[in-house]
Amino acid sequence: MFARDGKNSGLKRRTVVVAMLASVALAGCGGDATSEAAAAISVDGQPEKPNLKLGFIKLTDMAPLAIAKEKGFFAEEGLNVTLEPQANWKVLLDGVIGGQLDGAHMLAGQPIAATIGYGTKADLIAPLSLDLNGNAITLSNKVWSQIKPSLPTEGGRIRHPVSASALKPVVDSYAQQGKPFNMGMVFPVSTHNYELRYWLAAGGLNPGYYTDGDVSGTVDADVKLSVTPPPQMPATLEAGTIEGYSVGEPWNQAAVQKSIGVPVITDDEIWHDNPEKVFSIRKDFAEQYPATTAAMLRAIIKAQQWLDADHGANRAEAVKILAQPNYVGADEEVIAASMTGKFTFEKGDTRDAKGFNIFFDKYAGYPYYSDAIWYLTQMRRWGQIPQDQTDEWYIEKAKSVYRPDLYLAAANKLVADGVIPAASIPQTDGFRGEQSGFIDNISFDGSQPNAYLAKFPIGLKQGQRVAASGVTGQ
Amino acid sequence: MATVFADKFDDGTAQPATEAMAGSVAGKVSAPAETKTASAASPLTGIMAKWGQTIVAPVLGILAFLGLWAALAPQVDTSLGALPGPVQVAEQGVSLFGEWQAARETEAQFYADQDARNAEALSAGNPGAVRDFEYAGPPTFLDQIFTSLKTVALGFGLATLVAVPLGLAAGLSPLFNAAINPLIQIMKPVSPLAWLPIVTMVISATISSVDPILPKAFVISALVVMLCSLWPTLINTAVGTASIDKDLLNVGRVLKLGWFAKLRRLVLPASLPYIFTGMRLSLGVGWMVLIAAEMLAQNPGLGKFVWDEFQNGSSQSLARIMFAVVVIGFIGFGLDRIMMSLQSLVSRNHQI
Repeated sequence: MFARDGKNSGLKRRTVVVAMLASVALAGCGGDATSEAAAAISVDGQPEKPNLKLGFIKLTDMAPLAIAKEKGFFAEEGLNVTLEPQANWKVLLDGVIGGQLDGAHMLAGQPIAATIGYGTKADLIAPLSLDLNGNAITLSNKVWSQIKPSLPTEGGRIRHPVSASALKPVVDSYAQQGKPFNMGMVFPVSTHNYELRYWLAAGGLNPGYYTDGDVSGTVDADVKLSVTPPPQMPATLEAGTIEGYSVGEPWNQAAVQKSIGVPVITDDEIWHDNPEKVFSIRKDFAEQYPATTAAMLRAIIKAQQWLDADHGANRAEAVKILAQPNYVGADEEVIAASMTGKFTFEKGDTRDAKGFNIFFDKYAGYPYYSDAIWYLTQMRRWGQIPQDQTDEWYIEKAKSVYRPDLYLAAANKLVADGVIPAASIPQTDGFRGEQSGFIDNISFDGSQPNAYLAKFPIGLKQGQRVAASGVTGQ
Repeated sequence: MATVFADKFDDGTAQPATEAMAGSVAGKVSAPAETKTASAASPLTGIMAKWGQTIVAPVLGILAFLGLWAALAPQVDTSLGALPGPVQVAEQGVSLFGEWQAARETEAQFYADQDARNAEALSAGNPGAVRDFEYAGPPTFLDQIFTSLKTVALGFGLATLVAVPLGLAAGLSPLFNAAINPLIQIMKPVSPLAWLPIVTMVISATISSVDPILPKAFVISALVVMLCSLWPTLINTAVGTASIDKDLLNVGRVLKLGWFAKLRRLVLPASLPYIFTGMRLSLGVGWMVLIAAEMLAQNPGLGKFVWDEFQNGSSQSLARIMFAVVVIGFIGFGLDRIMMSLQSLVSRNHQI
């Protein structure tokens, strides 16, 4: 299986050197090379560092890593991989930056924030996107019972998507009693934070701004958001510390199963087919070990394909693997509740959610620049990026973090070997074009981040800054 | 001089600290008092009383506890289902053992497959394809136990190496004692978890090699254990050294013993019981600290096992955590017993 033809090894080594030079060159010029130039590259060869340790958080969207290990895709690429669960996103991030971990299942915002120096500054890259969708927002039973009567119904069921405006009277009543309305999300630069903020703001609730150097993000907030690690969300909700949360699976279905909360909206309903987690490594790791990087990516791409094969035929097996205590470890039925095309909101209200987790279809693995730019716009919208930036700045930062060239170096080889169809790789300049499908019907064009930011009723505008006392500027 | 360590003796006597410091289980180092009282009565009642104390009462206590647990646990309904009783916990213990066996088989299979592939590659004349991978499966419960034991051993060893010389110096020199005393008093009450971020940052900065000999996480846990288990040994050593009989020291002066000889023949023998008492306390503290540090820092070990299971939130999680708690307790008890026998060994030969 691993046997390499001795006669070819010289050639293989040359390919690696070319690829290495290319990746250094790309990094050197800020990744200005177009994807067409990168498309010619296909890295192959013996992994320089076969023993790897990858981190993950106990969430179903780490599935590509677990599958790549359990179905032998890592081994096929000559890699010996240890997967290690981490306590929370901060520990995981520090592990990758500090070198205890070679790479990790990561929040898309993390490598972006590390690169622009929000939080720990480090050069991390995202050569592959792990999945689309996969999160939801859950409210406590108490709050749900307060808003449910006011929600419009159709055909005897609550009409979806549920708008956050229904929450407004509840939040106001909390304010009148002088109590804060708290909700949880998993990390300041997490998808879940931006999705929860997007949903609240679309319903006319201000989720608060971040000041320079402060990570609590509660200036001018109607709803106060705080960080809780994903697996502890249900326990924190049960303890009454928070009234709701935004988190990935299985922790929304866990709330339903334990009867402690009700999921009200999936992220697919907030932004249709939104990019979710990435696979992230250090930039110097990719430069130092190009063949290892490509081998890792190939194994993960194969796993993504396996997960989405035949309209989810393998999902049941994937659920069994994820339920092992060393992966996600939750009960099988809880994991299956979202992985197999259904999603339960209130008890008894189970609906089709075909696209709840997309790992391979719809180019889910390709790291689009525009996805990174969307995250950057949200960082600016809520004050994590303290001052205005030009459109070029957004695009340049996105290109230094998201690395389709590395993705293609791995994927092209899989196409050449006939493992994945050529049609599964997009022909693109890295921008998805104008995207709609947002809950507030505001469309997003990745090439014009500032014009996009100007469209939001709630959010920082051109020239505005946040101080502890509130928003200043025009 | 010894009085600066105000937490030392409540009763002010200068007897070796074995009894003064040890917990309730520990009072049985020297000849137990109950035999003396028993000898006054008839031998039979003596034996009965002794058996009652050593066997019957503890067994009854444990049975009563298990009974209460079994009766009360189902009443508590958590979001992970009802609280598991002793039976479910024992079942999870068995299944953890089964998982360990399965993991061993998988590991053996991995190496067998690898050897087979390597042999194939060699016979095909392709030595480049020979791979020597370490099995990279998830750590089992037993692996985690051994990791924790190794960590606590290293941390405790380091703590002893630092604390004993410092304690001796502080006991022998009032000046040095006065100098370090405030530092000790301030550092001693610091929670282990407050050290953790500092130690983590320092170690991450100092160990920068790609493939360090000791994994960073292991060193961090061990250092946190050391920082917290240092103090009992240090204080006891200092008190023991300071409370040496002055006559002994005078004899040393008359015999014109050198500094090293004085240390070896007078000071160490006299303070050994104290040192071992301190070490025993240190090990207990170290074991407690380690589990907490592993939970917070997610370093491999029993603490990580507990936290991972908590994060799993499956219907078996609680029973598995309880089983881990029982195991942690037994290991702590075992470590304490080992230290206790060492302690009685050294104090038996040095009646001062």
